[in-house]
Formats: sequence, C-alpha cells, structure tokens
Amino acid sequence: MIEHTLEQPKTTTPRTKGAQNTRSIRGVNYTKEGFELIARIIFLICAIVAIVAVLSITLYMILRGTPALAEVGIKELLFETLWQPTAATPSYGIAFIILNSIVGTFFAILLGVPIGILTAVFITEVANKKVAAVVQPAVELLAAIPSVIYGLLGLMILNPLMYKLEKAVFADSQTHQFTGGSNLLSAVVVLAIMILPTVINISVSSIRAVPAHLKSASLALGATHIQTIFKVMIPAAKSGIMTSVVLGIGRALGEAMAINMVAGGSVNLPLPFNSVRFLTTQLVSEMSYAEGTHRKVLFTVGLVLFIFIMVINLILARVERKGAVENE
Amino acid sequence: MNSICVKKRHPSDTLLYIAIYVCAGFSVALLLGIILYVLVKGFRCVSWDFLTGVTSVLNGTVGIAGNIVNTLYIIVITMLIATPIGVGAAVYLNEYAKPGRLVRAIEFATETLSGIPSIIFGLFGMMFFGQTLHLKYSILTGSFTLVLMVLPLITRNTQEALKTVPDSYRSGAVGLGTGKWYMIRTILLPSAMPGIITGAILAVGRIVGESAALLFTAGSSGLLPKTAMDMLEKTFEPGGTLTIQLYLSASKGEFEVAFGIALVLLVIVLLINFATKALAKHFNVNKE
Repeated sequence: MIEHTLEQPKTTTPRTKGAQNTRSIRGVNYTKEGFELIARIIFLICAIVAIVAVLSITLYMILRGTPALAEVGIKELLFETLWQPTAATPSYGIAFIILNSIVGTFFAILLGVPIGILTAVFITEVANKKVAAVVQPAVELLAAIPSVIYGLLGLMILNPLMYKLEKAVFADSQTHQFTGGSNLLSAVVVLAIMILPTVINISVSSIRAVPAHLKSASLALGATHIQTIFKVMIPAAKSGIMTSVVLGIGRALGEAMAINMVAGGSVNLPLPFNSVRFLTTQLVSEMSYAEGTHRKVLFTVGLVLFIFIMVINLILARVERKGAVENE
Repeated sequence: MNSICVKKRHPSDTLLYIAIYVCAGFSVALLLGIILYVLVKGFRCVSWDFLTGVTSVLNGTVGIAGNIVNTLYIIVITMLIATPIGVGAAVYLNEYAKPGRLVRAIEFATETLSGIPSIIFGLFGMMFFGQTLHLKYSILTGSFTLVLMVLPLITRNTQEALKTVPDSYRSGAVGLGTGKWYMIRTILLPSAMPGIITGAILAVGRIVGESAALLFTAGSSGLLPKTAMDMLEKTFEPGGTLTIQLYLSASKGEFEVAFGIALVLLVIVLLINFATKALAKHFNVNKE
C-alpha cells in the first residue's frame, strides 16, 4: 500500500523540477508560492468545517426550539406533566419526559459503571495476557454492534423476562397497568449494556497509564493485589475513569433507537415497571407525524436534549483538562 | 501464618475477585450471547432470495436488496465527502496551525461534534439539509448528515497517524527544498495512510450501524434502481438503510425479517472490525 502511494507522485516530479531549473535558486517561484497558499487555505477551510457545523447545529436547535417556549409558555411546557398533543385542548407538558431521561441515565450509570470498571480491572490486572487479549477485543466489538440490534434483542429477550417479573410483582395489584415488559427497567438494562464498552475501554487505558512504581511501592509495603488495585491504582486512574463515566452519561442520554424499542411509549412517571418515554424516544416516535405546535414542541424537546449534551461536553472538557494537569 | 513472606488473606479480597470474574464473564458472555442468538434466529430467514430480492406485497416476496443498495449509496457518498474534509482538517491542525485560539476552537468543535448524539444530527439534518436546502427525505440528506457525524472520527485518526510520522521525515523533505504542500502530498500522507484507512473503515462501520440520524433524513424506501438514469436520481429520493428497515420490521412485528437483517448487519460489522484489526497489525509489523 505504501509503495503504491509513494510511486504515484514520481510521475509529476520531472515537471516541477524543470520549472525550478529555469529560475535562480534565490528567486521566488510564484507558481509554487501560489500553490502553497491555496493548499493552506483549503486545509484551513477543512478544519473550520467542524466549527461551522457545531455553530450551525447550535443555532438551528435554538432557533427552532425556542418558539414553542413562547407559544405554550415555559412553565406549561417544562414543568407540566400532562402530554396530550392531539387532544381537543392540547397539553404539552414534558416534565415526565425530562425526568425519565435523567432517572434512566442515572440508573444505567449506576448499573453499568461498576461492571465496566471491574471488567477493566480484570483486563488490566487480573487476567493473564492471553485471556486479556481475547476479552478486550470482545468488549470493543460490543461497541460496534448497531443500536437497533440491542433494541431488537431487548425486545425479544428482556421484555418477556420483565413481563414475568411484572406479573409476579403486581400479582395482587388492581390498579397497575400491565406493559408487557416494555418498561423503564428494560431501558435501564439496555442502556447499561450499551455504555459498557465506553466505560471499559477508557478505564482500561487509564488504569494501564498508572505509573508502575505506584503499584510496586504498594505491593512492597505489604498490601495485597486487591488492596493495591482498589486503594492505589483506581484512585490514581481517577480522572480517566471519571472521563469514561461522563462519556457514558452522554451516550446513555443520547441513545434513541434501542430504548425506543424496549421502553414502551407512554408518557409516565419514572417508576421501574411503567412504560416510559425519554427525550430521545419522544423525538423518534412522534416526529414523523407531528404538525404545528406539536412539532415545535418536539423541537424544544430536541433543544432540551441538546442543552443536556452540551453541559456534559463542557464537564467532559473540564474533567480531561484536570486530568492532564494532574498527570503533569 | 506469621511469616512476613506470606500476605494476610482478607475475605473481602476473595469477594472482590469473584466480583471481578463475574463482571468480566458477563461482558464476554454478553457478546457471545448476542452473536449466537442473532445467528440462530437470523439464519432461518437469510437466503439468496432474501439478499437479492425486494419486498413486494404484490408478489409476496421479502427481500432487502434495496436496503443494501441504499446503505452502499450512503456509505460511498458520505465517505467521498467526509474523508477529504476530515483528512484536510487533520493536516491543518497538525502541520500548519500554530497553537492558539483557533486550534483550541477547532479541537473543541471536533470534540463536541463527536459527543453529539445521532438523534440530534438527525434533527439538524432534517431541518437544514431537508427543509432549508429542500433536499427533503433523500439519500443525499442522509449522507450530508452523516458527514458531520463521522468527521471527528476521521480527523482524529488522521491526526494520530500524522503524529507518528517522525519529524526527521519533515526536516528531510524541507532540507531537500520541497514546499510544504509537496511534502504533505508525497511524504506525510503516504506515511500516515494506514491510520487514515483505519479511520475510514471505522467511519464506514459507524455509518452501517447508524439509525437515529437517518430516520428523519434518508427516509425508508427499499426500492432498487431499475435503469442507469435511476441510479443518479436515486440520490435525491428517500432510501432506507438496513438498520432503518430492521427498526421498521421490528415495529411491525415481522421479527423473522428483523433477525435476518440483524444477521447481515452483524456479519458486516464483524468483518469491518476484523479488517481494522488486521490492517493495524499488518502496518505495525511493517513499521518494525
């Protein structure tokens, strides 16, 4: 591959050489200078695309997301819980939806992060090299599996299990609305699984980056391997692990398709066996047919999600900067 | 027990060891379980007709050829746009830019882009490309949206690759009197090619697995282009990728089809993953 690409420019070399030979070595080659300038400008434009993209996404989210706030009223929209966009007197309260996103993400992190960190410990400290060489790629593969497949499997495996659990828990209840297993609990489990690879990969690299002398010193002082791992290495890898947690929060908050398939679809209080909506699934399930104010409100839902994500991004940048300072 | 050479055993150590093994086992079992389940369930549905046919209620056939073609369209168009921009951005950041406010802004923007969830990209793509630029639901809208999504991935991988090119290459080239652009074209980019290709393959993997960003941008048609003219026009028409079709089939309760598509997707994703691994290994060996 390298040879092939290296050969290509050779055909153009003589022409450039010829052009140079006609001029003094101290002269200025205007064509060449022109080329350099154009190349520089093109590369600059490429680099600025990212800035333009972020700015225009921000601008669009704000421009399209705010009109509904004025139309419906900030209090009625953000702090009311009744969601009836197509009723005769429509009501657009998204408080439950916001609450569900927060609660769902929180419990997904609570469930996924310990599993992720312990798996990372296994890969870096406990397993021998051969086993680690199998486990780590397996974890990386988990990240590559499309979210719709997680959704499909959640729908086929997790939901029936949850339904059994639900029937057992609410056997005597008269008031409970049965969901067939499509509930907050299913969504939390799917989210926890989906953030695993993020948490594991970044934790692994931060635990590996812990200086060896810390580990040796701890072992030499008589601490057991486990004590060394949990009292010395993990605290030393703290900033990397924090980064992985923040990234996991971002991933869980933004996941749409998988949890749309397993969480049911009613706007409800975030209770484990309730069929629920998240900020993301709200968009997925209603954007296709929403019109008028309803549509504008959905853009506001998008804006709320976007603000959450931007806050997470800022926290992430801060955590990473802090980590960089500590490492110095 | 009282020897200083033997460390005291703590019962909590054993518990933590068990927890570590259980968690690691869970993570691996999860992957194996997913692969096996999809394999077993999907195997029944996948056949030659399924892969090469088109779903038609009239003929009573079920096929995903249209979705495969749509996925290919979106991959090709997205990569054709995203690769040059991503590589160019990385070259600028690594070779031209001096540390300062602009570089920090670009890097922060790239970081932010990679943190934005795909549903937001979908929303933006629908508003900007679909409505403002009047592309409506089309393969182009979907591709443009995905360009923004995979851009950080390509930029970052290229940057990493450029960083591994030794500075002596640069000094050597400049010493020989080449211009900067000539040096980039003939020395830096070829040396960084493995990293660029790895980034590109990873980006293809993300495109294949993407669904939320395409639902409101590329739409969901699964028809095949019939004539040569259709092939071009198709880019302006809606086209559902494999993931979108999987989602739609699952919501309609056609689980057989859904698992068939899941199997196809899984095979593609696994192949892409192995390809990147093999490439990385191959080039690492070459460098030594």
